[in-house]
Amino acid sequence: MDILTQQLFNGLTIGSVYSLVALGLTLVYGILHIPNFAHGALYMLGAYVTLTMMLLWGIHYWIAMAVSVLVVGLLGVLMDRLVFHPLRHAPPIHDKIAAIGMLLFLEAFAQLIWGADYRTMETPYGQVIDIFGMTATTQRVLINIGAIAVMILLYLFLKKTYTGSTIIAMAQNREGAQLVGINTNRVAMLTFMISGGLAAIAASLSAPINLVFPGMGHLVILKAFVIIILGGMGSVPGAILGGYILGFTESLGATYISNDYKDIIAFLLLVVILSIKPKGLFSREGF
Amino acid sequence: MVSLLKNKGWVIGFIIAAILFPFVLSNDYFLHVLTLAFIWMIAVYGLNLLAGYTGYLSLAHAGFFAIGAYSLGLLSVNTDINFWLALLLACLITSAIGAVVGLVALRTREHFFAIYTLCVGYIIYLVIDKWDSLTGGVRGLIGIESPSAIGPLTFETPLSQYYLVLFFLLFTVLIMYRIVHSLTGRTFIAIRNSEDLAQTIGISTMKNKLLVFVLSTFFASLAGALYASFIRFIGPDIGYITIIFDLLTYLIVGGIGTLAGPIVGTFLIVAVSQSLQFLQDYRMLIFGPLLTLLVIFYPRGIVGAYHDWRMKMAARKRNRPQKEQRYFEAETDESEKKIKEG
Repeated sequence: MDILTQQLFNGLTIGSVYSLVALGLTLVYGILHIPNFAHGALYMLGAYVTLTMMLLWGIHYWIAMAVSVLVVGLLGVLMDRLVFHPLRHAPPIHDKIAAIGMLLFLEAFAQLIWGADYRTMETPYGQVIDIFGMTATTQRVLINIGAIAVMILLYLFLKKTYTGSTIIAMAQNREGAQLVGINTNRVAMLTFMISGGLAAIAASLSAPINLVFPGMGHLVILKAFVIIILGGMGSVPGAILGGYILGFTESLGATYISNDYKDIIAFLLLVVILSIKPKGLFSREGF
Repeated sequence: MVSLLKNKGWVIGFIIAAILFPFVLSNDYFLHVLTLAFIWMIAVYGLNLLAGYTGYLSLAHAGFFAIGAYSLGLLSVNTDINFWLALLLACLITSAIGAVVGLVALRTREHFFAIYTLCVGYIIYLVIDKWDSLTGGVRGLIGIESPSAIGPLTFETPLSQYYLVLFFLLFTVLIMYRIVHSLTGRTFIAIRNSEDLAQTIGISTMKNKLLVFVLSTFFASLAGALYASFIRFIGPDIGYITIIFDLLTYLIVGGIGTLAGPIVGTFLIVAVSQSLQFLQDYRMLIFGPLLTLLVIFYPRGIVGAYHDWRMKMAARKRNRPQKEQRYFEAETDESEKKIKEG
């Protein structure tokens, strides 16, 4: 029983991180219908920027994270302007290849600047606390609370603000949004900004319990793809739900099935889902 | 793309250059690099048939390459069957796995297909990496035999292996040429241009897609098996996603959906990589943006760009009526426009 609750808590933590990454991915897919393979590189850069800020200038964890959100968000905007915007009329295979090109570049770039070593990120929240008989570090609790706070904020932003509803409008119908006077280019940039920011938050939150290295985005991004297919590509609630489902499956699978093969679980899940429903579980467009 | 190959001079020129190369520069190192490049070319041809001609971007081909390599490696290390039989078996095993994967994967389209195959590729890599008792895990497989002799022909020296791989490459090119210019090839292109339209005119898309998928895994596994027998050591890394990104770079630079593309792209990138050896880990700093820029400005790579330029020149020279020139351009660009609209 003890192990079970502990694993459920772990699953919640992993799920929170996955959800945040998948949210960024699903927002971009909803707006532009691009599977942004470079999203994993944004995640990786988010961790590195936070780490550098903390090590180099000794900035506090939260401020470093804010800087990272800004930097990676702007990078996302840059990517949209320089790569995806010129390709908006190209066949879909081109977007994918361009995104892979960006991914390769950003990884090599990170390796050039920060080296290929595995780094650890110190956190001011390393203490061990006791909640309902479980032991967990404050950082893990923080990941959960932080992720849920971000999700609520994002939800309020999308549903309650004018700018947020332009994103939803564009996801529902691009031409329609243009007809009612929405500047779709600006909305696309905004979406990339949010998407990059979410990746940076996810990476900065989870980096202290994982390691920071140039290839850290690989597995996460693959799993994020699994999640958004699970939850319906472009669907925000789907991404959140899918993230938690995957988190729980993985942490329980690692305990009760095999730790070696825990990474395969996610991909097997996807292969099974796509085998039965080739267009994903909830192939409804929009939010 | 048709007219490029109609200039048989190109093909004959390439063959003569490749055959004569060892006599001009008898340097074992260059031979080794070129042999490896030929092996990659075979794999890129496999990818080209699927991604370039049929429009399905498969990211699982590094996995099939690895299955081919491991099949040959395991057959060679654990049993003592003849090398050529092992080579054939390796290709057949991989094609069979490819058929099973294809049956399911091809039900998905576009983005879903790319993501699905990416996950399949990753599963193959993880299985090879973790299945210690069969594949040797991270330690890899050592002591794979090199090709055994056929009669008086032995394949011990680098030179003979070079010619062997060259033979397989030419065999691949010949088959590709025959496929692309057959009705089957036209069918593949029709599927790329518009799957719904292809279905309307009575093409069984699933059957053809499965055929092209299996064919393309066959060539990936052939390349993998040759790689295993040439390097004689394989590790799980050959199935990692970086390999498929490399293959994709070769294909895009050379020209996706062109017959000469895989050779041109692979040769250029390998040559440039050799002269930029000091970069090694950082070569993606150059190739990453190159990939992106090419896709934006020259989506059909060097061969495609050259082809377009020739078309323009020819049209200008002959001063043909606008209509005919447009017919030529339509042949090459139609597909992309179609996909855009669809």
